[in-house]
Amino acid sequence: MRALVWHGKEDIRCDTVTDPEIEHERDAIIKVTSCAICGSDLHLFHNFIPAMMPGDIMGHETMGEVVEVGGGVNGALKKGERIVVPFTIICGECDQCRRGNFSVCETTNRNKALAEKIFGHTTAGLFGYTHITGGYPGGQAEYLRVPYADRTHIKIPAGMTDEQALFLSDILPTGWQAAVQCDIEPTDSVAVWGCGPVGQMSIRSALLLGARQVIAIDRIPERLSMAEAGGAITIDFDKESVVERLNALTDHKGPDKCIDATGMESHVNMAQPATLLDRAKQMFMLESDRPHVLREIIYVCRPGGVISIPGVYSGFSDKIPMGALMNKGLTVRTGQTHVNRWTDELVRRIEEGQIDPSFVITHRVALEQGPEMYRVFRDKQDSCVKVVLKP
Amino acid sequence: MNFLANVARSKGDPKIVSSGPSVRTPADRMARALGWFSIGLGTVELLAARRLTRALGMRGREGLIRVFGVREIMAGVMSLSVDKQAGLKSRIAGDGLDILALLAALRFDNPRKGNVVLALLMVGAVTMLDVRSAQDLAVQHDPKRGRRRLYPDRSGFPKGIAMAKGAARRLPSRAAAS
Ligand SMILES: NC(=O)c1ccc[n+]([C@@H]2O[C@H](COP(=O)([O-])OP(=O)(O)OC[C@H]3O[C@@H](n4cnc5c(N)ncnc54)[C@H](O)[C@@H]3O)[C@@H](O)[C@H]2O)c1
Ligand SMILES: [Zn+2]
Ligand SMILES: [Zn+2]
Repeated sequence: MRALVWHGKEDIRCDTVTDPEIEHERDAIIKVTSCAICGSDLHLFHNFIPAMMPGDIMGHETMGEVVEVGGGVNGALKKGERIVVPFTIICGECDQCRRGNFSVCETTNRNKALAEKIFGHTTAGLFGYTHITGGYPGGQAEYLRVPYADRTHIKIPAGMTDEQALFLSDILPTGWQAAVQCDIEPTDSVAVWGCGPVGQMSIRSALLLGARQVIAIDRIPERLSMAEAGGAITIDFDKESVVERLNALTDHKGPDKCIDATGMESHVNMAQPATLLDRAKQMFMLESDRPHVLREIIYVCRPGGVISIPGVYSGFSDKIPMGALMNKGLTVRTGQTHVNRWTDELVRRIEEGQIDPSFVITHRVALEQGPEMYRVFRDKQDSCVKVVLKP
Repeated sequence: MNFLANVARSKGDPKIVSSGPSVRTPADRMARALGWFSIGLGTVELLAARRLTRALGMRGREGLIRVFGVREIMAGVMSLSVDKQAGLKSRIAGDGLDILALLAALRFDNPRKGNVVLALLMVGAVTMLDVRSAQDLAVQHDPKRGRRRLYPDRSGFPKGIAMAKGAARRLPSRAAAS
C-alpha cells in the first residue's frame, strides 16, 4: 500500500510499504477513506518531538471502512462498518480508561519503559507519533491496523458524511476539551491563542458553552477571518499589542479563561526578543519548547482564572513566570485529548446541527500530494487551514 | 537507508518496499550543504587559527579568527535547523565580515598577499551561493504563494451564531423534546 513515511526532518515521502496485518486478536484493519494533517504532525515534520525513526508512518486523524477483524474483537466491530479512529489507542479496561482518562491509558503504549523514563509514567499509545507513545504506524496510508479495535473506534451514524465525522478523531474533541476544562461561566471572556484548526474548534466550543465573549489571537489573515466567522473578536499579534487589546476588551481585568492552541512552536518575531532567545536555545537543544504564548497567558490572565493548554509541549520550557502563576492563583489544565470521553455528546451535537466541523477544511487532495501539503500547511500558503487526504 | 529503517521496525509493522520522491528541494539541500560547510570551516578556524593567520599573513589576529570560527559554527547550526533562512542570512552577514577582514589584510607589505586574494575569491564564490539559496528559500517559504482568500462565511454553525451562543448550556434539545 501507499503511505506517508517520515524519513527525517522536513522529509516526508509517499512510499510503497507492506500492508498491515492482524497481529493481535483485538486488532482490526481499516481501509482508509479520509485522513488529515494536524498541527501536531508539523512538530514531527520539524523533528521537535524526540524519538521519531525513519520509516515511521504518519497520521493520527483517520477514518475508514473495516475490512478485517481479529478474533478478540467479539462483535464490537464488523466488516464493512464505517469508523473514525481516535488518535489515542485505548484498552477500555484499565483504571484510567474506566475514569475516562483515555489519553493516559495504562495499557496501550508498547514502549512503556521509554515513556516511564522520560515522563515518569506511561501515557496511551498514539497513532503516527513518537516512539515514546508506542511508535504505532499512522493512518496517512491506504490501510491502518487499529490495535484494541474493540474499544479504539467511533462508529459513524448513518447519514453523517466523512467530512463531518473525520474530526471526531482529534481536533473537534480537542477544542471541546480545551473549552470544557475552562469551566466557562456566562460572564467569562475566553481568549484563544492560535487560530489553526485546534484554535478554530476551541473558539466554536467556547461559544457553544456560553462564553460572554471569545477573543482569538493569530497573525494569519485568513485564519483570523475564519475565527471572526465563528463569532470571535480578533487580535492580529503582528499589528497590535496582545496584552493591551485583551485588557481593553476586558475592562482591564484580563480574560477569565485562556486557551493555548499554539503549542511549542510559537511564532518568533523581532519585536519580541524572548522569542528569538527561545528559538536560539531550541536550535542548540538547550530548550525543547518555545513557551512565549504560555508566558503571555500567565501575564494577562485574570487572577483566579483558568489556563487550558491543548497545544503540544514536548519537553522543557524556560522562564515560566511561576511567581505570577502562583500569586494570581491560576489553574492550569492540559493533556492530550481523552477523545472517546466526548464522542457521544459531540456526535449528537453534529447530528443536531449545533456544529459542523467540516467548515475548517480548505484543501482536499490525494494521498500522493501529502508530502507537498505538509509544506503548504506549514508555510500557511494557499490560505491553507486544514488538509484532508483521500487515499 | 530504507534497509536500516526496516530492520528497526517492530515485528508486523509495515516495512518500506520503495520510496517516493523527497520533498526536500534543491534550495533545502543547498542550505544543508552550506550549513555543514559552515560548521567545518568554523571548526578549522577555531582549532587551527594559528596556521590560518600564518598562511594569510595575519599574525596576531588569532583571536579574531577564533571568534569567526564560533560565528561560522553557529550560522551552520542555524542553516541546518528548520530556520534555514535565518541561518543563511547570518551566513551572508558573516561573509561580509570575512571580506572586510581579508581586505584589511590585503596590504602591499603582506608577503602572503597571493593567499589573501585566493581566500577573497573563495569567500566571494560562497557568498554568491549563500545569497542565491537565501533568495530561493524566501520564494519557497513565502506565505503569499498560492491563492489568497478569506473565510468570512465559515462559521461552522449550521443554525447560525445567534443560535449557537450558549447552545451547549441549554438542555439538550432531544431530552427537552422527550
Ligand atoms: N492536546 C491534544 O490532544 C492536541 C490535539 C491536536 C493538536 N494539538 C496541538 O495543538 C496545537 C495547534 O494545532 P493546529 O492543528 O491548530 O496547528 P497550527 O500550526 O495550524 O496552528 C497554530 C497557530 O498558532 C499561531 N501562532 C503562532 N504563534 C502565535 C502567538 N505567539 N500567538 C498567537 N498565535 C500564534 C500560528 O499562526 C498558527 O495559526 C499544536 O501544538 C498541536 O500539536 C494538541
Ligand atoms: Zn492531532
Ligand atoms: Zn486503558
